[in-house]
Amino acid sequence: MTKLNSRIPEGPVAEKWTNFKAHQKLVNPKNKLKLDVIVVGTGLAGASAAASLGEMGFNVLNFCIQDSPRRAHSIAAQGGINAAKNYQNDGDSVYRLFYDTVKGGDYRAREANVYRLAEVSNNIIDQCVAQGVPFAREYGGMLANRSFGGAQVSRTFYAKGQTGQQLLLGAYSALSRMVEAGKVKLYTRYEMADVVVVDGRARGIIAKNLVTGKLERFTANAVVIATGGYGNTYFLSTNAMGCNCSAAVACYRKGAMFANPSYVQIHPTCIPVHGDKQSKLTLMSESLRNDGRIWVPKKLEDAKALQAGTKQGWDIPEEDRDYYLERRYPAFGNLVPRDVASRAAKERCDKGFGVNNTGLAVFLDFSESIQRLGIDEIRQRYGNLFDMYEEITDVNPGEFVKSANGVDYYKPMMIFPAIHYTMGGIWVDYELQTTIPGLFAIGECNFSDHGANRLGASALMQGLADGYFVLPYTIQNYLSDQAVWPKVSTDTPEFAEAEKAVDAETDRLMGIQGKRSVDSIHKELGHIMWEHVGMGRTKEGLEEGLKLLKALRKEFNENLFVPGKKEGLNIELDKAIHLRDFITMGELVATDALHREESCGGHFREEHQTEEGEAKRDDENFFYVGCWEYQGSDEKAPVLHKEKLEYEAIKVQTRNYKN
Amino acid sequence: MAKNISFTIKYWKQNGPKDKGHFDTHEMKNIPDDTSFLEMLDILNEELITEGKEPFVFDHDCREGICGMCSLYINGTPHGKTATGATTCQLYMRRFNDGDTITVEPWRSAAFPVIKDCMVDRSAFDKIIQAGGYTSVRTGQPQDANAILIPKQDADEAMDCATCIGCGACVAACKNGSAMLFISSKVSQLALLPQGKPEAAKRVKAMVARMDELGFGNCTNTRACEAVCPKNETIANIARMNREFLKAKCKD
Amino acid sequence: MWLTNSSIGKKVVMSVTGIALVLFLTFHACMNVVALISGEAYNAICAFLGANWYAVVGTAALAALVALHFVFAVILTLQNRKARGSNGYAVSTKVNAGKVEWASKNMFVLGLIICLGMLLHLYNFWYNMMFAEIVGVEGALSPTDGYGFIARTFSCPVYAGLYIVWLIALWYHLSHGFWSAFQTLGASGKIWFKRVKVIGIVWVTIVVLMFVAVVVAFATGLAGCCADGCGDACHKVVEACGAAC
Repeated sequence: MTKLNSRIPEGPVAEKWTNFKAHQKLVNPKNKLKLDVIVVGTGLAGASAAASLGEMGFNVLNFCIQDSPRRAHSIAAQGGINAAKNYQNDGDSVYRLFYDTVKGGDYRAREANVYRLAEVSNNIIDQCVAQGVPFAREYGGMLANRSFGGAQVSRTFYAKGQTGQQLLLGAYSALSRMVEAGKVKLYTRYEMADVVVVDGRARGIIAKNLVTGKLERFTANAVVIATGGYGNTYFLSTNAMGCNCSAAVACYRKGAMFANPSYVQIHPTCIPVHGDKQSKLTLMSESLRNDGRIWVPKKLEDAKALQAGTKQGWDIPEEDRDYYLERRYPAFGNLVPRDVASRAAKERCDKGFGVNNTGLAVFLDFSESIQRLGIDEIRQRYGNLFDMYEEITDVNPGEFVKSANGVDYYKPMMIFPAIHYTMGGIWVDYELQTTIPGLFAIGECNFSDHGANRLGASALMQGLADGYFVLPYTIQNYLSDQAVWPKVSTDTPEFAEAEKAVDAETDRLMGIQGKRSVDSIHKELGHIMWEHVGMGRTKEGLEEGLKLLKALRKEFNENLFVPGKKEGLNIELDKAIHLRDFITMGELVATDALHREESCGGHFREEHQTEEGEAKRDDENFFYVGCWEYQGSDEKAPVLHKEKLEYEAIKVQTRNYKN
Repeated sequence: MAKNISFTIKYWKQNGPKDKGHFDTHEMKNIPDDTSFLEMLDILNEELITEGKEPFVFDHDCREGICGMCSLYINGTPHGKTATGATTCQLYMRRFNDGDTITVEPWRSAAFPVIKDCMVDRSAFDKIIQAGGYTSVRTGQPQDANAILIPKQDADEAMDCATCIGCGACVAACKNGSAMLFISSKVSQLALLPQGKPEAAKRVKAMVARMDELGFGNCTNTRACEAVCPKNETIANIARMNREFLKAKCKD
Repeated sequence: MWLTNSSIGKKVVMSVTGIALVLFLTFHACMNVVALISGEAYNAICAFLGANWYAVVGTAALAALVALHFVFAVILTLQNRKARGSNGYAVSTKVNAGKVEWASKNMFVLGLIICLGMLLHLYNFWYNMMFAEIVGVEGALSPTDGYGFIARTFSCPVYAGLYIVWLIALWYHLSHGFWSAFQTLGASGKIWFKRVKVIGIVWVTIVVLMFVAVVVAFATGLAGCCADGCGDACHKVVEACGAAC
């Protein structure tokens, strides 16, 4: 237990960050010029951190696997970004944002971190506007807001349905400015292969040039990883194809603890899987739930007919439809938080009420809204989403079918939950430092702010908070005494060994020469994860899952086939490396899920639910962050450490969205 | 319900920028038409790997039309033909017919050298943004966001310019290999907003100079770029950039 | 110098010279139409321009405009081909979608056709008129008898045909060139783009039709020898030309 020191500053929660900043150590301007920082990743967190550190005077080396920093998957976030500006005069405040985030996270987040997040949220909006991010405006020229799930105020700032894109381009432009100034050196199409630890401190990385296939060594005074989440462990998710957890797993293998891996967010409104050739799932914005009603048939025979294709959604009359969210949660109706909506859909489909040929979909129906508001108004609100849905499925959700007994029937959408975000991540202290000194983790990559469930529009907020306003301060606390030490040479044995190990591992993968492609094994992994470590978890299921994962790793190690050579660009080799780490990650998620004998947020254990089927937390036994320490080999089970949560500002309660 | 189609795919293979390159062909059998174009290529690669061959290399990432990574020139059109303009990843096989021959090529432009097969190097776009596609503000304590009032119309227009995803389809479609639509979208976004005004002249000069330096062609107003832009950027942006450039040069 | 160094600068030179040449063509067309109304009036204009200093200076300026327009077109085209790269697409572009005009992609070829036509035109008229007057060569027709030259040239069906082709090329060139010039100068936008384009099409169509009207009228005999004010010399020339054709 001694290993985990969260280093939360003294004082009441509202003053901690101010106190920290007042007393932290700083690096003087001259010394900043002598210090190098490696930032891996160029998403919201990575790009904003690299830019801010560069502005301060540090020499930054910034890496990304794509061809440009602007491609990072932060770009795909649609909805918006929260901030406690209270521009709408609806009673918002830093405290309220803090409270909503902690409650939304099912009381499993670290209080002090969340408060700081809420505190700097306002700066983010100011910063982004100054950069020229074109947020939506009202006619008077003021910033517009909308509301999102889990909040009673309108605090979400947005730029059409492309907020993530605009924020990322803002951070990218700040980064570009620093590249031009020579303060940031950009390495695109580079992938971090390992972190190099010298004398117990992170001193550099081994990175692979993805075009030449060569391994290169980079030394620095600190390493920051901002490489996102591990959602692609499930194969099908809303993550981009390139999203992977290899950098995070490399840190984990080098001794950084991994926290709360079982907290995985499943988004309720995605386009259902249509076949086994599918590569990824497309998200339909949460905002659709404002006007769409979610339903399945009341009668099992109707569901059977829908699955067989002999009936269509509009053949089911109004009285035979089960609007199950409105039935179960009269107060919030279709707008319950993501984890609740997802589980309810799964529950119906498990009972056989699924509505497409796979039986894994529910309807999202706009008939009532169209009848009430007119198709023009609905298209005004969701036209681009309707078009996107039609392009993918060939069904136009606004198409009129028939009128019967005074009810108009329009073609409904079909939706199903899908993996979307991972709340778990590398364990960090208040200063965002991992258990390896000199190694920092920011953004989705760390575990710190969302607890067991993330609220909509909070991911962008956290990424930018870490990158712009938290890490650039806290890293100085670490770097302040580093200027006096000579930089570690890349010729040291530690660098040589790390490179050799990566190279040997590459040779091993190339040398297996089995029969199966990377994707076929990855699909199998995704299937195991979704079936056994998905939305509803049980002890037996998880144990079975762990067994299957072990067998899968054996299959991977013995029957993988990677074509081509290790020199030059080899996309299959890169995918194979990612898959190796996804399997490790899958086991970690299952292990954590098995140990956490309670239900909270995104982690739902079927043994632990109330009579109405709601998540039942066990604050007595599990009011802690579960941190896993690697034991030197993938074959050995990781060891659990606990960081006890301490709440002083908020009273821990049961989440209630019914009334 | 999905129906299956069979077709011939002709795809570009090129081993690095110096290689001459050639087409390979492959027969695709019984592909469900609700498969996306890139999923179809996944199937192709799976089949190639099963035959022990190296896969066909192309750029792709988010597969929801926003990251700008995918960049295939399909049957004579960047990103292929869709109803409303979309990226390659949003193209579905129902747009093709049984028995078709589908030709897939990389973006072809001197400023975008081929890395391998259909993967090209678009770092020139980054270099152009680095020349001035930003406002020079430091992270820290700028004024309150609402201290700058921006008329809704200006904000909306700036947003339309800012939706550019930097995929490079404009360059790929242009017979002159010109990047004016890309650059003008960024110049326009910042020229329309008060935050961008102080540096407007400096920005447009620097970005145009960098564009010329990198060997992009000159715009001859053919409008091929806006015809293929997946985000519907228009050449009104180019006119605005020309205006900004002339203004800046006349002030010198 | 940004006008010669930067891509937009070079395009500005193209625009400005282009617009100047459109203005010249407009003047020229108006002048030609006079020939349809009265041969004497037309000849009076020819005599007024003649080899006077202002006409010579004007001609030299025109030549400079054409040369600039041509030289910059060559430079830009060469640069653009280089930027495009040596590898062409196997499947040619199908992005027209009603947006990409044929003329816009073939401006250089159209320009070359116009240049060739211009050489012919200079030989037919300028060489026999202003140039002859300056060097004092005597021909069958007086150098100031513009009307006579028109009648002589267009009564020949081959010349008339060539001129029509030339004018069609000119129409295509200007149909794109007109709005393109304004676009390059930044005098366009979402709304003005359509307006400038319509104005341009109407303008160049009128100008080209004025030219065409003269050619057609003289070629079909609606004007020229059978019209009033036609001299004997003219008749002789027309006959000679007819025989040659």
